[in-house]
Amino acid sequence: MSSEIRTDVEAIVDRVHRVGREIVEPAAAEVDRAARFPTESVAALRAEKLLSAYVPVQYGGMGLSQTEVCRICEVLGQYCASTAMVYAMHQIQVACIVHHGQSSPFFCGYLRELVDQQLLLASATTETGVGGDLRQSKCAVEVSGDSFTLEKHAPVISYGIEADAILATCRRAPDAAPSDQVHVVVKRKDMELEEISSWDTLGFRGTRSLGFVLRGRGGKEQILPASFADILAQSMHPFSHMVWASLWLGLATDAVNRARASVRAAMRHSPDTRQVAQLRLAEVDEVLFGMRSGLYSTMAEYERMLAAGDPEAFKNFGFAIRVNNVKLTCSELVVDVVGKALAIVGISGYRNDSKNSLCRHLRDAYGAALMVSNDRIRGLNASMHVIHRQD
Amino acid sequence: MHKTQIREILLAHCRLSVHVEKLADESDLYDAGLTSLMTVNLLLALEDRFDIEFPDHMLSRRTFQSINALSDAISEILSLREQ
Repeated sequence: MSSEIRTDVEAIVDRVHRVGREIVEPAAAEVDRAARFPTESVAALRAEKLLSAYVPVQYGGMGLSQTEVCRICEVLGQYCASTAMVYAMHQIQVACIVHHGQSSPFFCGYLRELVDQQLLLASATTETGVGGDLRQSKCAVEVSGDSFTLEKHAPVISYGIEADAILATCRRAPDAAPSDQVHVVVKRKDMELEEISSWDTLGFRGTRSLGFVLRGRGGKEQILPASFADILAQSMHPFSHMVWASLWLGLATDAVNRARASVRAAMRHSPDTRQVAQLRLAEVDEVLFGMRSGLYSTMAEYERMLAAGDPEAFKNFGFAIRVNNVKLTCSELVVDVVGKALAIVGISGYRNDSKNSLCRHLRDAYGAALMVSNDRIRGLNASMHVIHRQD
Repeated sequence: MHKTQIREILLAHCRLSVHVEKLADESDLYDAGLTSLMTVNLLLALEDRFDIEFPDHMLSRRTFQSINALSDAISEILSLREQ
């Protein structure tokens, strides 16, 4: 990549930091308290055209790489984890379309529309009655002539009400097997959402992950021209775990920054005493380093696989295990880092109203291991380990 | 070549959502509901039945993708052994 393009990416990251400081962080406490959608933050991301960061330049997007999109998630995670999560989940859907839709004129047009209107995309994968297994659907898309209808009972659709479109998984046809799935775009104007559950949680309160019955319709060209099995293996699975881990890394980084600020303040009061807190700061940074290293090495592997363009490579159990390891380790380390940072900051970190408060960080951090249960993922890894030997 | 035995093993060890009789030789087993855990059971049962061991390079989803893919893999392992 030329140095000119690199400068552009750095400039984009600087802009994300500015949006973070000026708009996202000032709104974060209220978003959290009221469990409301971060409207002003998403509007600011739209104004910067960041919703189309991963859309290729030929459609008018920024054409950033997966690693660069992850970097944006990481930066946003430093200011408001809910905003970062909304942004990350949107990017997962964009990646599914960018990787699997470009053979279709409809989806090429849709990418342009996404750029022009800065459309926000949500996801409806899990379904009532399938126990959280993404590779099974009960609902089916029913195609008749050129159009389709779909009804899905989704226990969770994050920012479903606020999104411009929802990508839903469903069986290919009413007589298809539960795991014979497709991925369909349903537009805002073509859907009704009947609320079936609320979102009043410990953390990540701004993602508005309510449950809905989704009733939608549209043209059959809105069905992505790939099997969901391939979309999941090549795009949704690796992309999800890496954008999520990135925002958790951002959350953890901010917690360490707050700990650092508090150590510095303490040293100003008594500059001659070497404080235990300094050692603790060095120690928590080691954990952050471990978190970052695992994520970045797997991102580099994914970038190489995308560049090589061999869909068969994604059938390797080793890659799937490593992607799961990113999720497992980062979601648990984020709790560890925030906990250690809290021990350094002390009681002011425990206060909701102090400058170095870590209350929201801690509550958000605990969600990471639960959103897609770690033990479910560990169970999948356990099976794959039996049939996989390390390279 | 080994397709009948593969079908018997699929029936005995994997609870697919499509009945084995309705599967074509080239049908995608993952689309028919094959999970990671079932893949383990399938692998162990095939190794036992054919008295073979799948080499590392064959341990990917591709090998387990269909009855045809499994049959090709088993033929390849058996022919290597005869050499």
